[in-house]
Amino acid sequence: MRMKEEHTKDHAALAEDFNQDEPRVNWHDETLWFIREKRDRAAFAIPDWELLRETASQIKFHTLSNLSQYLQQFEANAQANGMTVHWAADAQEHNQIVHSILQQHGVTQMVKSKSMLTEECHLNDYLEQQGLEVIDSDLGERIVQLAKEPPSHIVLPCIHLKKEEIGNIFHQHLGTEAGLSDPQILTETARQHLRETFLTRKAALTGVNFAIAETGEFVVCTNEGNADMGAHLADVHIASMGIEKLIPRRSDLGVFLRLLTRSATGQPITTYSSHFKKPRPGHELHLILVDNGRSVQLGREDFRNSLKCIRCGACMNTCPVYRRSGGHSYQSAVAGPIGSILAPNLDMKKHADLPFASTLCGSCSNVCPVKIDIHTQLYKWRQVIVKEGYADPKKAIGMKAMNLVLSSPNTFKLSGKAGRWFMKTVPFLVSNQMNPWYKQREMPQPPKESFGEWYRKNRPQHD
Amino acid sequence: MTVGLFIPCYVDQFYPNAAIATLELLEKAGVKVVYPQRQTCCGQPMANSGFEHLTKDCNELFVQNFAQFDYIVSPSGSCVLHIKDHLHSEKHEDQAQGIRGKVYELVEFLTDVVKVEKLTARFPHKVGLHQSCHGQRGLGLAQMSELVAPAFSKPEQLLSMVQDLELISLSRKDECCGFGGTFCVAEEAVSVKMGKDRVADHLQHQAEVITGADMSCLMHLEGILRRQKSNVKVMHIAEILNAQEG
Amino acid sequence: MTSRERILAAVAQNQPALTPLPLVPSFQLETPDLVEKFSQVAVNIGSWVLEVRDYEEIQEILLQDFKAHHRIISHVPEVSSFADATALEDPQRHLLENVDLAIIKGHFGVAENGACWVTEDLLGVRVVPFICQHLAIILPKHQMVPLMHDAYEKIGDAEYGYGVFIAGPSKTADIEQSLVLGAHGPRTLTVFLME
Repeated sequence: MRMKEEHTKDHAALAEDFNQDEPRVNWHDETLWFIREKRDRAAFAIPDWELLRETASQIKFHTLSNLSQYLQQFEANAQANGMTVHWAADAQEHNQIVHSILQQHGVTQMVKSKSMLTEECHLNDYLEQQGLEVIDSDLGERIVQLAKEPPSHIVLPCIHLKKEEIGNIFHQHLGTEAGLSDPQILTETARQHLRETFLTRKAALTGVNFAIAETGEFVVCTNEGNADMGAHLADVHIASMGIEKLIPRRSDLGVFLRLLTRSATGQPITTYSSHFKKPRPGHELHLILVDNGRSVQLGREDFRNSLKCIRCGACMNTCPVYRRSGGHSYQSAVAGPIGSILAPNLDMKKHADLPFASTLCGSCSNVCPVKIDIHTQLYKWRQVIVKEGYADPKKAIGMKAMNLVLSSPNTFKLSGKAGRWFMKTVPFLVSNQMNPWYKQREMPQPPKESFGEWYRKNRPQHD
Repeated sequence: MTVGLFIPCYVDQFYPNAAIATLELLEKAGVKVVYPQRQTCCGQPMANSGFEHLTKDCNELFVQNFAQFDYIVSPSGSCVLHIKDHLHSEKHEDQAQGIRGKVYELVEFLTDVVKVEKLTARFPHKVGLHQSCHGQRGLGLAQMSELVAPAFSKPEQLLSMVQDLELISLSRKDECCGFGGTFCVAEEAVSVKMGKDRVADHLQHQAEVITGADMSCLMHLEGILRRQKSNVKVMHIAEILNAQEG
Repeated sequence: MTSRERILAAVAQNQPALTPLPLVPSFQLETPDLVEKFSQVAVNIGSWVLEVRDYEEIQEILLQDFKAHHRIISHVPEVSSFADATALEDPQRHLLENVDLAIIKGHFGVAENGACWVTEDLLGVRVVPFICQHLAIILPKHQMVPLMHDAYEKIGDAEYGYGVFIAGPSKTADIEQSLVLGAHGPRTLTVFLME
């Protein structure tokens, strides 16, 4: 069972569930922090790192500012290269296009490499409902697919699972010995299992990391080689991409390929950076350009530059909240800080909790290789969500009460002896065993006098 | 030069010693300080919760209280950042703009404006410095661990002037503590876990005192320390820079 | 109105005012010795790197591990003495399933990341460097560029149907971040740097 459309719990509640097992939270936190440290080492090995980020940011923003032209240029060049280009306004249209291509070729089984876009579109669910079988070939994605879970991270889909749990999944589905949990042996098992899949599937779907307007080619980056195994062995290759994946020039790849993997995993580059320009002779290459809300986000001045994202996942690895709440607590195909500024655009009501799942610490914006001001956008989404009426009404009443006292110096002073008013009104300080502050923390001890009172006594000349 | 002392509401109510130390430090540096007594709150708790539109009255009050000063100084990076980024006034936008340009967090005011070169303070303890995010990443009080750029730290610069103080190192030198304003109750589980992890890092490195430029983070860490019945104390950096121990 | 028209209209309507396309600054690699840097990075990412004089030396090295019962294929005429050079066409690509070793040529290497640039014309069949159990790439030693920017400058507007940077053996760390070499593609990559 994949992700349900209806949310019964919000991020805070799911994060609380996740925190029931503290050693596991520690493990999850440390695993991801380890990747953040690898990213740091890779970045610090390049003295011009910040200039590289700035350049990438400007190229991406320029591309967005000229996107309609670049899309047409890309389409024309891709067609001249022999690709078939499709346009999908939304997830449903994307899924239907994939389905119809498969139907035309009489294909009922497809192998798919990592594509967060197809997660966003819930393509697997759709095709399965049509009676088609999809096998995810990225190891992490295959694992969560077997576990009937969505990926919890865009780069590391099963980062939430321990090797013993993966061993159990393999035992159940792939017939490995019970209790086996050695990553080397599990990977070898998956290799054999998926090799069979690659050799027998007539259609392969891949994602797209970058599409080049001036040449009409696109680039797919993997470490496993699964995108290539799928695409080169199948008769039909379908590549799905969001319209924001464009970059103007082939030479711009020099900037992005230097940043992408260093930011993602700390590697200098992925094992394979595959440039697909023309279909193999006698075969078909279909490219689907998907909007699904991106053109709307492009029109939101405060949020449009979220479309610069190159899906490296660095913001997740550095996010202290993500590391301690897990990807599934976000209930969005893209989790973490970047997911929290993308998801409200797709469905503001459903994802109203996400911009609040942050302390606004700003680490995400600093690691972002294309300099998206993620934490500033989180703040801005909060304002939008409240204005659009998606905030808890009780919170609104509390805020109005707080404003009344805070904007009136006399009420503030008259609110009594030091700390008393605060204890009653400021939400994080309500002195009450039921208050979440008190569950695992002590209250500050009110002093005998406030600073204001002290000042009047000790600096009377200014009174 | 006259400085308007901006004391965050919760510091006024709960941590008067941090405010007193701030006042005394500024006075010792030869600065004339005035504390406008009609001040309440900068409005950040509302704004960060998505209710920035409700902060108009707080903003007007802030402008009334502080427009007249040459500088506005506060012992809180977070509140200062809020003013710098979000203070606006329908009636006196020119004054609001002026304030946004002359509001300083205490540490940066001492290092950048007063250019303090020595302190008379003595504090013979192992101290862990908590880098609060809004001060560090927002105001640039110290270099951020994510950026490939030369290291510096304004709080460390000042702490190094305190006699007999031993600054401990941390495994994660600028990880967020999880306070986050209303986040601390709205996302209680993660907030507490983040706080516990920060505390553990300081304890592992034998901190006797955890300090920082933001009392709100310290209040959160103190709540956890006290629940753990720890002897480790939190103190605002102003209290240490103003300390006359032993 | 087609989806294409609708998307393009919405994008044109919503895209911000045009900002300039920046010139990519001229980035430099600090290390002057490109071969040394390439070798060091390539070894770090799991490749074997060997400097060789000629094809005979390559044969000598490879035949230590690969014996008569192994299936070795190559498009490179100079190694046809020990590798099957039968011209392969795309329709027979599935027959490559049991290839133990594929030997291919690369155009050039990139010092900063240990990657080799390979295009379709060097492969014969696209799947060759992925489906084999082990891969060897022969690179001209003097064809080394410092950074990816230099790599794309060298590629220029070259025509190809398919091209790939290969950096190391196929790998995964999806299970608890434990690095395993040999995910779906080659278990090893040997790069021969030839004079």
